[in-house]
Amino acid sequence: MSNMGTPKFLSGYRNADLVKTALGEIHKRMTKPWSLMEICGGQTHAIMQYGLDQLLPDSLELVHGPGCPVCVTSLELIDQALWIAKQPDVIFTSFGDMLRVPGSDGDLFSVRASGGQVRVVYSPLDAVEIARNNPDKQVVFFAIGFETTAPANAMAVLQAEKMGLKNFSILAANVLVPPAMHAILGSPDNRIQGFLAAGHVCAVMGYWEYPPIAEQYQTPIVVTGFEPLDLVNGILQTISMLEEDCVAVENAYTRAVTYQGNQAAQAMIKKVFEPVDRNWRGIGSIPKSGFGLRENYRYFDAADRFDSGDIKTEESEICIAGQVLQGLKKPSDCPAFGTLCKPQNPLGAPMVSSEGACAAYYRYGKK
Amino acid sequence: MTEKQTPPTSMQGPTCPIPHHHTETVVIGHGSGGQMTSDLIKNNFQSRIGNAYLAEGNDAARLDFDGFNGQIAISTDSHVVSPIFYPGGDIGRLSVCGTVNDVAMLGAEPKYLTAGFILEEGFPIESLNRVIDSMAQACIEAGIQIVAGDTKVVEKGKADGIFINTAGFGVIPNNRQIGGQFAQPGDAVIISGTLGDHGIAVLQARGELGFESEITSDVAPLNHMIADLLDAIPNVHVLRDPTRGGLGTSLKEIACQSEVSIRLEEESLPVKPDVRTACELLGFDPIYLANEGKLIVILPEENIEKALNIIKKSPYGVNAMRIGSVFGEDPGMVLLNTAFGSTRIIDMLSGEILPRIC
Repeated sequence: MSNMGTPKFLSGYRNADLVKTALGEIHKRMTKPWSLMEICGGQTHAIMQYGLDQLLPDSLELVHGPGCPVCVTSLELIDQALWIAKQPDVIFTSFGDMLRVPGSDGDLFSVRASGGQVRVVYSPLDAVEIARNNPDKQVVFFAIGFETTAPANAMAVLQAEKMGLKNFSILAANVLVPPAMHAILGSPDNRIQGFLAAGHVCAVMGYWEYPPIAEQYQTPIVVTGFEPLDLVNGILQTISMLEEDCVAVENAYTRAVTYQGNQAAQAMIKKVFEPVDRNWRGIGSIPKSGFGLRENYRYFDAADRFDSGDIKTEESEICIAGQVLQGLKKPSDCPAFGTLCKPQNPLGAPMVSSEGACAAYYRYGKK
Repeated sequence: MTEKQTPPTSMQGPTCPIPHHHTETVVIGHGSGGQMTSDLIKNNFQSRIGNAYLAEGNDAARLDFDGFNGQIAISTDSHVVSPIFYPGGDIGRLSVCGTVNDVAMLGAEPKYLTAGFILEEGFPIESLNRVIDSMAQACIEAGIQIVAGDTKVVEKGKADGIFINTAGFGVIPNNRQIGGQFAQPGDAVIISGTLGDHGIAVLQARGELGFESEITSDVAPLNHMIADLLDAIPNVHVLRDPTRGGLGTSLKEIACQSEVSIRLEEESLPVKPDVRTACELLGFDPIYLANEGKLIVILPEENIEKALNIIKKSPYGVNAMRIGSVFGEDPGMVLLNTAFGSTRIIDMLSGEILPRIC
């Protein structure tokens, strides 16, 4: 299916004329209301940042997906992270977004304020380097993220093994997109008619996992990027299929994604990790939806190395993060949105993360 | 991974954590210059030591003295940037320029500074001399003098090398009314140059970027540029240096102080290509990155061309642009018009993006 062209340079993907042409095409082709889900929080933010939602037909509903790794990391894992970070002689390393996500009692910033060694890293390999430079400390990396961060997380483990580091471990928290799509489409409450698949996840994993999903649930899936033109092209291809009553998997992000994906990265993931059942915050347990360390690499598992004992988690009943993450409600439907719950004072993870739907709504002024 | 999965049992359970308000201990976000800093000042400082001067909400205060023709502007600023030397500047130059600029933002001519040093045991004297030389150079450039000082040394581990506090004094010529509370509907908004250079330069100097660039800090004294501007156009309404929290936070503060709305054109916001690239890689918005040598000017529409011509003559204003306008409706709002014809709201920076940038 044709979309509105593939510019040569990145700036072309923000070209107002190209975007407006593609938007016009969407308005022209839509004859019925449709509900699409963009999986990835990065896409949600780009849509809000560029105000694309204001320019799409009113009858097109964009539902924000669970694709924010910070948001869906389970409370048990966060509480475990907080517990480990408080231990003496531990340097706890994490991506910056994770520091403000509230656990049952406090967040990583509070741990740091009360003397815990919590450091922000931009790559898990930085955490390996910290471990090498601090042989008398235990260095733990909070390995969150979707399939996108899994290769680097796997690489950190392999690197630590190669260097013979006895003081490095990861708290394995990676989650996987296809099982979440199954969970959403298989839910009796589902109203998603088409998916914009997460371009960056597909850059690693390819999209060979998607045809059976599209087939089983009769739902078109379009691999979509993150620039304005990528997004409107992804939407255009999806609604074109819906309007023509056609179900397929298409790729609107060809400059980054191939069907097979990055096979070297996939091989590295497979070497280190295996699919395990995982709890998603606000959603619940999804079978085989996370990556755990394989037997051979269990030595690097922080959950084994640190016995945090029984952690009692405590969620409040105020906010509706769970329903937002499943696309059942919009952030602005929440009674706490923008009043009790703001980015500097989040009730729920989606208000914290730079990929969280609530933060996107708040930051870009969506009411 | 493609076999049918059992849907989670409960698709409705509202789940969210107990709110965590950060009121018990100071966290790094309280120093971001954004919303958390604003809340800390309002809830913890102004409620205890508030008065009419602090209530104006500017970076400097305007003081009257009996028998003195004119007013005195006074400001203070502590500098804790890490690392202390970075491309384009250092903590010494920053400690002079930051305070000179805060004083100048009231339309005052900065005259004198005081400087207080907190040094950590073990700090190299050679580094101290470099910092002081840099302060001296910045003083010459700004045309001011440091006239009083203080030095304290703390035990190893109780500070990070060197912290510098400076206070600045300036004279406001009679009847000059410039401040964040004076923006008016019909005014135009100018920025004197590119956004985010300082924030990215400091981050890069920490070695945390994982890539190299030639971005240098913009740290500079802006008082001469401002003096030239005000000589030619006395009826400038607002001057503000968008430091911590960036342009977005500064404009939001002004919109609230003046009870107006400010509309920006996204395409007109000047950002250097390297800074934009760094922002894209790191997920920052240049509108929230710190600047240390940039000026926001808000003034009546009819003076816009004249003002731009004057600002562009300064070495620190060659990339000056008109970026937006002031309106009466929606007071307190800052809105950004995108190239695609949509609009988004700009709020204050909500947490920390880069700690200890100034």
